[in-house]
Amino acid sequence: MVYSLPEEVLEHVFSFIVSDKDRNVVSLVCKSWYEMERWCRRRIFVGNCYAVSPSIMIRRFPEVRCVELKGKPHFADFNLVPEGWGGYACSWIEEMSKAYPWLEEIRLKRMVVTDESLELISTSFKNFRVLVLSSCEGFSTDGLSAIAANCRNLRVLDLQESEVMDLSGHWLSHFPETFTSIESLNMSCLGSEVSFSALERLVARSPNLKTLRLNRSVPLGKLSTLLHLAPQLVELGTGAYSSGIRSDVYSSLSKAFLGCKEIKGLSGFWDVDLSYLPAFYSVCSRLTTLNLSYATIKSPDITKVISQCPNLQRLWVLDHIEDSGLNALALSCKNLQELRVFPSDMYAADANVTLTEQGLVSVSQGCTKLQSVLYFCHQMSNSALITIAKNRPNLTCFRLCIIEPRTPDYLTHEPLDIGFGAIVKHCKNLNRLSLSGLLTDRVFEYIGVHAKKLDMLSIAFAGDSDLGLHYVLSGCKSLKKLEIRDCPFGDTALLANVAKLATMRSLWMSSCAVSIGACKILSQKMPMLNVEVIDENGTLDSKLDSCLVEKLYVYRTVAGPRSDMPGYIWTMDRDSSSRI
Amino acid sequence: MDLINFEATELRLGLPGSTGEQPEKKSTPSPVNTNKRSSSEMDSSISEKQDSSRSPPPTKVQVVGWPPVRSHRRNILQGKKSESEMGSGIYVKVSMDGAPYLRKVDLKVYKSYGELMKGLQEMFKCIIGLYSEMEGYKSEYAPTYEDKDGDWMLVGDVPWDMFLTSCRRLRIMKSCEVMES
Repeated sequence: MVYSLPEEVLEHVFSFIVSDKDRNVVSLVCKSWYEMERWCRRRIFVGNCYAVSPSIMIRRFPEVRCVELKGKPHFADFNLVPEGWGGYACSWIEEMSKAYPWLEEIRLKRMVVTDESLELISTSFKNFRVLVLSSCEGFSTDGLSAIAANCRNLRVLDLQESEVMDLSGHWLSHFPETFTSIESLNMSCLGSEVSFSALERLVARSPNLKTLRLNRSVPLGKLSTLLHLAPQLVELGTGAYSSGIRSDVYSSLSKAFLGCKEIKGLSGFWDVDLSYLPAFYSVCSRLTTLNLSYATIKSPDITKVISQCPNLQRLWVLDHIEDSGLNALALSCKNLQELRVFPSDMYAADANVTLTEQGLVSVSQGCTKLQSVLYFCHQMSNSALITIAKNRPNLTCFRLCIIEPRTPDYLTHEPLDIGFGAIVKHCKNLNRLSLSGLLTDRVFEYIGVHAKKLDMLSIAFAGDSDLGLHYVLSGCKSLKKLEIRDCPFGDTALLANVAKLATMRSLWMSSCAVSIGACKILSQKMPMLNVEVIDENGTLDSKLDSCLVEKLYVYRTVAGPRSDMPGYIWTMDRDSSSRI
Repeated sequence: MDLINFEATELRLGLPGSTGEQPEKKSTPSPVNTNKRSSSEMDSSISEKQDSSRSPPPTKVQVVGWPPVRSHRRNILQGKKSESEMGSGIYVKVSMDGAPYLRKVDLKVYKSYGELMKGLQEMFKCIIGLYSEMEGYKSEYAPTYEDKDGDWMLVGDVPWDMFLTSCRRLRIMKSCEVMES
């Protein structure tokens, strides 16, 4: 006989179970637990908005408070996904507006959002608190006006890296004078000037404001005003970090920073004027996050800053930091967990900066807590990679981009197979990996054998044959997202691993060697997958099975084929009907 | 053997049109271009690269989406580059009250307001003086400019880079006129 606990007790116990994975497991125990769990689930994360439909989500989880959705494939960030592909938030917001009157939080990434949707959000959810639009597009400052005007309890408005049609800076003025709840405001992506007096008044009446990320057009001269009004700020994003020829700006800025005892994170720093850098030195000792990735300042000046930041955990910087700056980082910042080095010049093979593999090796040696790396550089060697791997087996994210495709080990001219092999062998908890440089099928063999916790893998200009892809698909147990471009991977590997694709969120392959014939077979064998072929040029002849496809996006779904596909996408279903 | 044409007669493995110094980047070896792709194609290009030196490559065709840098970051960086590398300057007309004819200056030549003032002073043999936020310019003359919106602004309020993109023409006004208007 099975005894079960009373519902109230179960609900109370479930309220402590927060992670999606755990909640999913709980729901599989038995029917009553499934029922219990679904009624009390408050947060939903949908990693691919086409994997499930709004109505399915709403039917199963009727009492949700927080929804997070992701739309376009990751490679959309690099212009590989054509216009009009999809990722529309519209239908989700419409259905949620009817089903979830108590919805509090919406987080969208790489989705298309309209002003109408923003207006609907602002009027449908009485207790709406958090809106995060990360890398989204399709809306204008009019939509923001609606949010400002109607969301009385808004805590977070974060427009991280979204493309906003900037019609006017007056949207900020739509926050009523009675509105005082904002805690986090990120408008760094906006191009035009916002009304500064409105911003000033908003900051003045918002005692809970902890995060403020300004856009480039907020002049440095006004920053001190804002800092005086918000000395409680924890995260600050400056506007343009230079000023005209005014001498008083520096002193008031310096004084203002002195008054901000809580600042732990800094970003912004567009158009840096060196003479203003020391103004924020007083906060350096407390800094845990520093984003200088828009600041084109040279290594000695960067070094001067970071050597005053012993508590730094996350640093984003341009390659102007050079090896010398990274050596200083390795000495000064023993708590560093994440390093991102972006390229200042994307096309010159012999760039003006002396940033080599040595910088990364130094950091891997000196920063024992380093977990996450994104590194753009021009040269790499197997020995450096092996050293990094042995130094830092605790790496969880390793993304290396050697700017010139297929660059070999610059010392031995060998492929970088054994270097990356060492990374996956030593870093047993690696969950994200991006490869670059000259790589043969060998590296994929190493990855298949060792990278058992790998969740996401990005491959470009690598491999020799289908064997490479086969190693990855058959070996990487935890793989959820695989994105590949310009590799000689094709039908054989794909069709030998169809079942694997159903265990993954998505697979992207562009400029590879997959044929339309294989796509048809894949579609037939795996009805739970959407197999979408992108044929932008219109050159696809779907009757000719050997015809290669430009771009392929395959993802698992319980929602069937999507209804919003643009004309340039081919699927099996569409193939039988005539295409315009 | 004619040494000048030695290279032309040299036998090597490789894609047509590729040279020995640096692997041809133009032929993005996208196998989509050929229906049948053999792995030997990749091998030959691999062996090419193994003896490549670090000599400057031929002019590159930009591969879409590579390197993998987000568009908005790329735009900001490229914006900076084009500004500093643009062949043509930013020429604006400069008028000075009382002067019989106008001049033209290339704003690109100057890196800061200080340099611009020096240049204007030399050009018009006048003293413009120091700038302060509260009092403008303490001298007989005040430099003003017409911005994108058609408004006349005092030179010096906005960051130099912003000034470069919004300045349409310059006018050195007599300070007494500035007071009146």
